[in-house]
Formats: sequence, structure tokens, C-alpha cells
Amino acid sequence: MSHHSQPTYDPNETITFSPALTEEMKAVVAQFPEGKTKSALLRLLHLVQREFGWVSVPAMDQVAAFLNIQPIEVYEVATFYTMFHLQPVGKHVLEVCRTGPCMLVGSDSLIDHFEKKLNIKVGETTEDGLFTLKTVECLGGCGYGPLLQCKNRFHEHLTLEKADALLEQYKNGEIQ
Amino acid sequence: MVKVTIDGIDVEVEPGTSILNAARKIGGDAVPPAMCYYSKLPGTGGKCRTCLVEVAAGSAADPRPMPKLVASCSTPVADGMVVNNKTSERVHQNRGGVVEFLLANHPLDCPVCDQAGECHLQDLGYEHGSAKTRYEEDRRTFDPIDIGNKIKLHMNRCILCYRCVFVANQLTDKRVHGVLHRGEHAEISTYIENAIENDFSGNMIDVCPVGALTDKTFRFKSRVWFLKPMEAERNCEKCSGKAVAWMFGGEIYRVTARKDKYGEIEEIDGKTGWLCNDCRFDHKDAKDWNIVGPRVVNRQSVISQGKYVTNIEKPVKRIS
Amino acid sequence: MKSRNLLLSHVEVPGIDGLDGYMKHGGYDTLKKALKSMSPDAVVEEVKKSGLRGRGGAGFPTGMKWSFLAKPEGVPRYLVCNADESEPGTFKDRYLMEKIPHLLIEGMILSSYALGANQSFIYIRGEFMYVLNILEKAIAEAYAKGLLGKNILGSGYDLDLVVTPGGGAYICGEETALLESLEGKRGNPRIKPPFPAVKGLWGCPTVVNNVETIAAVVPIVSEGGEAYASIGIGRSTGTKLISACGNLARPGVYEIELGLSVEEFIYGDDYCRGIAQGKKLKACVPGGSSVPILPHYLVTKTAAGENRLMTYESLAEGGFESGSMLGSGGFIVFDEDQCIVRNTWNFARFYSHESCGQCSPCREGTGWMEKVLNRLEHGKGQMHDIDLLADINKKIEGNTICPLGDAAAWPVAAAIRHFREEFEWHVTHPDEAQSRNFGLITQAALA
Repeated sequence: MSHHSQPTYDPNETITFSPALTEEMKAVVAQFPEGKTKSALLRLLHLVQREFGWVSVPAMDQVAAFLNIQPIEVYEVATFYTMFHLQPVGKHVLEVCRTGPCMLVGSDSLIDHFEKKLNIKVGETTEDGLFTLKTVECLGGCGYGPLLQCKNRFHEHLTLEKADALLEQYKNGEIQ
Repeated sequence: MVKVTIDGIDVEVEPGTSILNAARKIGGDAVPPAMCYYSKLPGTGGKCRTCLVEVAAGSAADPRPMPKLVASCSTPVADGMVVNNKTSERVHQNRGGVVEFLLANHPLDCPVCDQAGECHLQDLGYEHGSAKTRYEEDRRTFDPIDIGNKIKLHMNRCILCYRCVFVANQLTDKRVHGVLHRGEHAEISTYIENAIENDFSGNMIDVCPVGALTDKTFRFKSRVWFLKPMEAERNCEKCSGKAVAWMFGGEIYRVTARKDKYGEIEEIDGKTGWLCNDCRFDHKDAKDWNIVGPRVVNRQSVISQGKYVTNIEKPVKRIS
Repeated sequence: MKSRNLLLSHVEVPGIDGLDGYMKHGGYDTLKKALKSMSPDAVVEEVKKSGLRGRGGAGFPTGMKWSFLAKPEGVPRYLVCNADESEPGTFKDRYLMEKIPHLLIEGMILSSYALGANQSFIYIRGEFMYVLNILEKAIAEAYAKGLLGKNILGSGYDLDLVVTPGGGAYICGEETALLESLEGKRGNPRIKPPFPAVKGLWGCPTVVNNVETIAAVVPIVSEGGEAYASIGIGRSTGTKLISACGNLARPGVYEIELGLSVEEFIYGDDYCRGIAQGKKLKACVPGGSSVPILPHYLVTKTAAGENRLMTYESLAEGGFESGSMLGSGGFIVFDEDQCIVRNTWNFARFYSHESCGQCSPCREGTGWMEKVLNRLEHGKGQMHDIDLLADINKKIEGNTICPLGDAAAWPVAAAIRHFREEFEWHVTHPDEAQSRNFGLITQAALA
């Protein structure tokens, strides 16, 4: 039996947005007409995720307060869009495209390879907390597959060797 | 006024009226079933697709048929429009398809569901469904949870009509529940543990077309057809105080708002008769109410099958 | 012969992504001309004359869409650019925005001017955050040059332009879902009517156009609508970006003149140069994952034996029986080793994953099809499952709030229509279906 998706969450936990983040949030909100600032919500969630690595309940509550909307309005949006990590993730989240055009050029093998190499299943995080492996639907790079996205970066035309080299680069900190 | 023909019957309605409401003006078999549309909640409709109808002629000015079936609840009429509902085999086929979709992940737990006997999905399945299912996959399941101390949520039974979300938006000042996730994983939830505490939250139970939201103060107390629905009144500062008391003998088992033949809460003194939680949950003593008389019940409804009840007493008429 | 390029002619020029490089090659000249010598209606007129059709997939005439825009007094109207490129097989807009961002911005200013919008938005899928950064940099450059903001180039026309991201949802490519998302909500498509031209962003009249559509406004206004319409065949005018992928020797983004033969596009030296690794063509999905798949014998020729051309009409020749659609220009090619059942399951999984869940046929139907196809692909299907699938997709098609239902149903219907024996093979050979490695590139090949 599956359950209602309730996040692990301590109601007393609070979170602080840095002054720099708050400034950036204000600038995003200022792009929209008065009274229409809810439009900034998705961008704010991206900013929060960039800052904390994931989107926690206290962070969402704070975004709600910032936009003067109800927390549920943030939860229903954050759970709709698949880019937002609603659970803690590893330092690097490898999001491998699994959709048709990438599958035609070997994304299944690539995903298998990452699972073996990192010794985790899709959706899991390595014990050292360095990598989380995810699969995603079409990343819009179909002619350059197989590919994966990690933060803002696309890694394209992957082969097994390139995939191994990429993991090394992330491990060594050559790519942040 | 514009003239519309539905299943061969002409009706005149205000411009801008939906096909569904034009059909309701005709009544009877011309009326498509509606699982998500709720005339008292602006913005509802369009989602369940059970009210799909065939538009055989768009209007007198442009009599071409519409290529697709349209949701009658959210498609406005045009002068000279010709609509087929009951008379269309295509509507019959596709409505059957919609019912199959709605039942695909439904637990079919009517024997243990409090809504049985007054469930719109039961009625719909009876009218348009098939006796056998073709769905062989695992059904999605959720544990039942409390959302507030008076309301139980059985997400398994939910058809995602969104009516309860509209109730929370339009009747309460602070919505704490909504639809989370998406696609076949979409669910009604508060996300974090949160109680829906609001004077009017109980109306979510009344608008729920299925047994997804049920009254915890009535849960498993009785099947609805063993009870006698009585019109009841009390002085209430929060709402109209005009309700239906569901009685067994002299005892009130549950209190609901008064609903019309489409299952919608009736207008009382020109306003929708939303019931406050006080009246609904906290006044179960017959002494609290002036019992006016028996509620008129549709002859076809299982609730009219009072023959199960052998010891029903005459309603107590009280003047307060 | 290589097609004329109207959008990508300078794409390889170093520095074309910056304002200076762009202006050095004639960038913003069209805007200057329009603001100086053309009324907004004159711009609309050129677009109408050009015969330009929406490049996002539906192919609706852009000039006509613009003319539907309601213009009540005192109500703002908006132009929103749909940069939510998510249709599997489609990656042309990303290419255009990344390589030559000012072309989109110039198109946005021209189109906003034509429509009388003073605030416009580019809604870009969240995964393209790096492209969003490129666009924001370009927009800042344009503001600094007086190409955006108050009184643009002294014309008296004001425009603010904002880029805003999605968060991972294919459905936001549907224009009303996009507007919901742009309002900071779940991407649930709206019930229509009303249409965005009457009630769009924040309840105001709105036009939503694809990136490529808006970019094409620049050469249209520059060369004139008639000149643009002289390219192509019949109602397929101008050039089109085609993003080619799958098992091709040279996948990538190509600008073609509409009317190019499919054969030339797949095998020509200027284009994809045939199937990768010298294999044979098995099938093709010519317009993004939503459009019907064509078996090899219907790709370069129609059922009537005529040459198949890259036009809206020719690709649709034969209807769904033997044709497909140009769609978004996401051109996906399958070689002889690919498994159609596996691909159909993969696409069904995509649509199920991307369904917003609002209406029952799509929410339940896409999930159901995915599960049945998953069983079939993995050797656990039965013969009657194939007919069941065909029936489920009939019950979805046309019955949903938005076109995602159709997009999910069509590929399944077409795959069964043309490759039924392959579905049956999966039922009759369950062990082989599970053990074989259809189409997956071996480690050696991948290395």
C-alpha cells in the first residue's frame, strides 16, 4: 500500500534565507506587475533549490510568506513540477534523460552503467552523499544523446568512457 | 434568449448559458451526468468528462457539427445549436469510456463505503458502466487519513473533481488542502500534517460526489437507506440553519445540507444553503432541531426503500 | 541542394550571440525600419501575407491568431513566447536561443509592437536555465542600447521583456497550461472557451507563440510577407527548423525550405547523411513524439507512390491511415534494430508521466496504456491487450481538456496500425522479448 506523500518535516524547524538570496528574490518579484507577484513562484523555488540543494517544507513556507500566499499554494506547485527535489539529495544530482530519442541511442545502457558504477538504483543517493541518480523525461537535447543534466549543465553525446570520466571530474571537484 | 435543441427538444435560455444548464432546464433524459461541475461553485467543471455531448450543429449561423464531443458543462450554447445527449450512440460509447476510466483505479469498496446509496459514481456506473472490468493492473492505493477531526479522506475513492478545493477557496479564508503531484499520482492532500479547521469545511463532504470525504461523526453508524431524511431547522448565526436530519426513530444520525435532484446544495432564501460545521457535526440531539417534515426523496433512490426499516417512528414535530 | 537560411544564416558567425555581433550583421535593422516606417497593423499585415504557420506543432496561421486578439480599451494585452520546448525529438528552439538570442528578442519586440503589448514574457522550460541566463544577458544588452524599455529608439513605443522559467512539465507547452504556470500555478490546461486571445495571462487578451514563430517575424518584416510566402509549397511557406535525431549519421538542427523532399533530408549530404552505422531505415516519427509513426515504406513516398515532402500537407498525405504530421519538426529516425513496442511503451510512459491529471481520460488512460505496454514489452502481454490498447486510445482521443490526450493516443494507435505483428511477436515470444537487447547500443558501440 502506498501512502499519502507526507514529507519528513519538523514543524519547529526554521530556515534562514541569506540577505543575498532575499535580494535576488526581491528582484524576481519586481519583474511582475503589482498584485501578480505569485508569477515569481517557480523562479523563487529554483533559487531556493540552488541555495539549499532541495526544497524543504520550511523553505516553502517562507516562500509563501514572502509572496503573501498560503503554504498549500506553494506545495501544490512544488509537487507538480518535477525539477524540484522535495527530499534531500546528493551533492551532484545526475538527471539522465530516458525518453525515446535518447533511448534509441543507448540511454538504457547508460542508466544501467551508472547504477552499477555508483552502486545505487535510480532515485537513490550514494553513501558518501556525492551523487544522486535520477532519470528524467525529455531534456530537449535529442540530437545530442545520450545525455544528462547536472544542475545547469548538460553533458551530451555520452559514451560509457565519457560517463566514467565525468564521474571522476565531479568527484575531484573539477566540475562544481 | 437563444434557442437550443437537445435530444430533439427545444428550449430557450439566456445567451452564455452552458449546454448542461440548458439541458437541466428541459430535465429528464436530456440532462447529461456531471461529476465535477457544481453550479454553486464558480469555476468547477470540465474535468471529469462525463457530461460530454455531441454538437450536431454549432449554431443557426454556422450549422457545421463540432468535430469533437464537448463538455456540456463548460460549453456555452449558441442560437440554433443542436445537441445530442441520450440520443447519440457516440456519446453513449464515449461516456462509457469515461466511466471505465473513473472506475479503473476505484476500489469498488461500496459494501464498506459510507457513500453507498447516495454515490454519484455508483449511479453513473449503473447507468453507463459495464458489468465487467478490463483493468487488470494494480490499483493505486492510499491509506485513509483524517483531515481535521470531523472529516475522513479516502483518497482511493477520489475522482479528482476538485470540488472540495473550490469549497475551500470560496467558502473559507485559508485553504490548507489542495491537489498535489500530478497525472495518475495526483492526490487531494494537505501535504504536511494539517487539520482543515474552518466553520464551513464540512461542506466538502456534501459536494464530494463519491465516498472520498466522509463525515467522521457518522462513519459506519448506519447505511443511509436505513435512515429517514427529515427537513430540520434551527436558529444559527453562522448559516441558514436549514438542513436535513437523517433519523432513525427519534435519533439524529447525521446532518447534511439540503440537496436538489442533481445532488447540489439547494438555494435557501436566494443563497446557496451551505451548512456550518456547528449545525452539521455538533447538533445531533433531536431537541436541537425543529423537525419540519419528511424530505421528498426520489422514488428511484435506494433511500426511498424504507421497507428495510421496520421500527421507524413518526417524525416528532417540534415548535421552538 | 541546400536550402536558403533565414533564421540560422549567421548562426556560425563568432560573436553573433552578443548584441554587437548581431548588429554588425544587420541585427535590429528590421526593428528600426518597422518602428520608423510601419504601423503595428502593417506589421500584422506582412505576417498575414507571409502565410507563416505556428512552428510549435499545431501549424495554425500566425497572422490569423494575431487577428483574433481582443483589444478592449484600457486593458493591457500580452505577448508570451512559448519556449517550453519539451516535445520529444524537438530541440530547435534551444539551439536558436542559445546561438542567436537577439533574433528572438528582436522578434519579440516586433511582434509586441504589432500586437500593442507593452509587457511581454518568454516562458522557458526550467531545464534550460543556462539558456535563460543567455537570454537575460541579451535582454540587458538590449535595454542598455534603448531597444527595450521606454520610448524604444525614440519611437514612443514602450516594451518590457521578462524571461521566466518553468519547473519541469511538458504540459506547460500547451498554451493555457503555460499561462497558468506563468501565473505561478500548477500547469493545468484551462477549459476553453475562453481562449487566450480573449482571456489569457491574468485574464487579459494574450497571444502565445513559439520561439521559432516569433523569430521568423524578423525576416518576414525585413523581406516582406510576399517574399517569405514565395518560399515553400502551397500553404507551407517559408523555412522551418527541423531537429533531427535518433539513428542518423548526422543528427542536429537544420533550417530547410518547406518542400524539401524527405529523402533528401534523410540521405542528402547537406542534411542527415543517412542512417547511422550504415544500417537501414525502419521507421520515422517526423514531427515530434506526438505524431503518428511511419513505417519505412511510407517515409519517403506516400501510399500513392508520390515523393513525400517536408510540408504540412505532404507529411499528412493519406491521413492517419498512411500519413503523419510535420508537427514541431522533431524528426526521429529508427534503424532496423529498433523495437517499436519498446519505443511505444517509452512514449506512453512519457505521456503518463507528463499528464497533469486534471481530466479523467488522460489521467487514467495514459497510465493504463503505459502499464499494458510495459507488460507487452516485457513478455507478459496477451493478444487481447493489443485490441485493448487500441480501444483505450479511442476513448482518450478527442475527449480530453487539452491535446495531450491525443498526443498520447496517436503514437500508440499508429504503432499498432503499422507494426501489429511486432506487438503480436512480443506475445508469442515472451522469453525472447525479455532477453533480447533491441536497439540498445552495446558498450563497444557506445564507446
